[in-house]
Amino acid sequence: MDIKNDRLCGLYTTMLKIRLFEERIIDLYARGMVPGLAHLYIGEEAVAAGVCATLREDDYITSTHRGHGHVIAKGAELNPMMAELFGKKSGYCKGKGGSMHIADMAIGILGANGIAGGGLPIAVGAGMSAKWRGTDQVTACFFGDGSSNNGTFHESLNLASLHKLPVVFVCENNGYGISVSQEMHQPIKDIAIRAIGFDMPGVVVDGNDVIEVYKEAEKAVRRARAKEGPTLIECKTYRWRGHHEGDPNQGGRYRTKEEIEAWKEKDPIKRLAQKLIVEKIILKKRLTALEQEINEEIDRAVDFADKSAFPAMEALYEDVYVQEGEK
Amino acid sequence: MMRMITYAQALNEALRECMRQDEKVVLLGEDIGRYGGIFQVSAGLLDEFGPQRVMDTPISEAGFVGACVGAALTGMRPVAEIMFIDFSTVAMDMIINQMAKMHYMFGGRGRVPMVLRVNIGAGRGTAAQHSQSFHALFMHIPGLLVAAPSTAYDAKGLMIEAIRNDNPVIFVEHKKLYNEKGPVPEESYTIPFGQAEVKREGKDLTIVATHAMVVRSLGIAEALAREGIEIEIVDPRTLTPLDKGTILDSVKKTGRLLVADEGHKTCGVAAEISAMVAEEALYYLKAPVLRVCSPDTPVPFSPPLEKAFIPDEKDLLPAIRHLMEYV
Repeated sequence: MDIKNDRLCGLYTTMLKIRLFEERIIDLYARGMVPGLAHLYIGEEAVAAGVCATLREDDYITSTHRGHGHVIAKGAELNPMMAELFGKKSGYCKGKGGSMHIADMAIGILGANGIAGGGLPIAVGAGMSAKWRGTDQVTACFFGDGSSNNGTFHESLNLASLHKLPVVFVCENNGYGISVSQEMHQPIKDIAIRAIGFDMPGVVVDGNDVIEVYKEAEKAVRRARAKEGPTLIECKTYRWRGHHEGDPNQGGRYRTKEEIEAWKEKDPIKRLAQKLIVEKIILKKRLTALEQEINEEIDRAVDFADKSAFPAMEALYEDVYVQEGEK
Repeated sequence: MMRMITYAQALNEALRECMRQDEKVVLLGEDIGRYGGIFQVSAGLLDEFGPQRVMDTPISEAGFVGACVGAALTGMRPVAEIMFIDFSTVAMDMIINQMAKMHYMFGGRGRVPMVLRVNIGAGRGTAAQHSQSFHALFMHIPGLLVAAPSTAYDAKGLMIEAIRNDNPVIFVEHKKLYNEKGPVPEESYTIPFGQAEVKREGKDLTIVATHAMVVRSLGIAEALAREGIEIEIVDPRTLTPLDKGTILDSVKKTGRLLVADEGHKTCGVAAEISAMVAEEALYYLKAPVLRVCSPDTPVPFSPPLEKAFIPDEKDLLPAIRHLMEYV
């Protein structure tokens, strides 16, 4: 399968947007402007960008506690995202959810989820729903290597395969469940082999190669849309930062500096940039300009978030229940 | 003369009617299809609506309860059956972290109009993992509505309301009531949530009773009326929202309060109602508030022990006598 040039540029733009957004969070977090927890996605951008590029706007995703990348790739806007991270009323969740719970039903984001493995059954339900309603919508379900040990992983893959649901299970294997390395939490090397037990295709891809991710996701989405059932895609990747901002030495308690540096060499963004330049798909000048444009968009988002008001105290009691007659 | 049908038949009728009216209503659960549900609440529905809408699920409570959350978020109105409330513990993340709080956590984006049917109650010799009554636990979680019907009439009206409601509902049935008959109209009707019913009027003492405790209290009230003691019995019918007004009005009239609920005494439904009355109507009380509940032990198997465990006439009568000593 050949990927068109403008698609490649699109993948690059999405990855860069995620990277720059998150790099800005590092700074804002350090300055105390982003309260709570911030689990950054830096290094894993190829997974979200590659998968979401194969989805339509009316398709669904379920995301994780490390969800900024997924929701940006699915089309979330930076202004309400940043405002949500600041805890402001103008945020995606009116400041009630924060970094871990960005949701927007209008573009199929069924919520980032603070519970490891929490999104898997929800994705299955979205798949059932598409089937019940007779649409061809697909759901991409992101989760980590750690989550794949949870019961919900097994229950969900079983249900999805049994009913041939249009779900693509995307395991982001970044090698660590917080500080516990994969060899300490799983006797297997490839999580994708678990697909065999559920009679569905399971593939391993280089999660730092956006083109490879895109190609496998495209196949899985096509299969799902054709009502042939779910696929498990395991993307081998790595997070450069710690589990969350504030994790000492970017996770240096449980990882070596050499390991981190070796993965930085496999930077998915640099890899695609090189290809784009070498194959003369884009000029280096244009890449620099793109970076500047995105940074300006982030500047505007920071400004928007900073100038937005915190929620009024009455908001504490709002939206606990849907009120009768509420649209 | 209105026809008499059982509590289980009334629920069945409510499900059937809602499924006929709205194709978004689907049923999921273990053994609910061919088997008709272990208490026959969904009997015959598979034949009428087919396996797509009446889904016999694998034994995967977290999987299918979570799937209902995803389906509800994307436009369906699923009704899931958990065979015994005891098994809800394996789906507790889906109930407490997902179903209950998504609407709030997402700042009002997305709603979860689903019903989770569970049942409580000891007395069938099924020991500590098939007889529990921990419905108070759901009353503790903001975002959930909790229905608790004590009659066939209430069961039908509350179920139709639960399915049409845009909020997640925990629908708590009582397994000793499934075969109790009562008058139920053939036509459709709903019982609004948050409206208690005075099941018996009286001036001397108020019993706020739930589920089977309503039946047990009514029996005693009839007997004591012959002694000239007039007991008023208030059935909240929904625990969330709780109709404080009706309870307080009754207490203000009688001055004596006994709360009877089959859940454990500590931190239970009765504890909550007692505290609410203490906060809002203390000076109307002639006597201390008493609670008749299950003891703080697991449910025992051996018949005499189980009988001792179940709160009934043997517990209600001395409590009433004690309260009547205060003038």
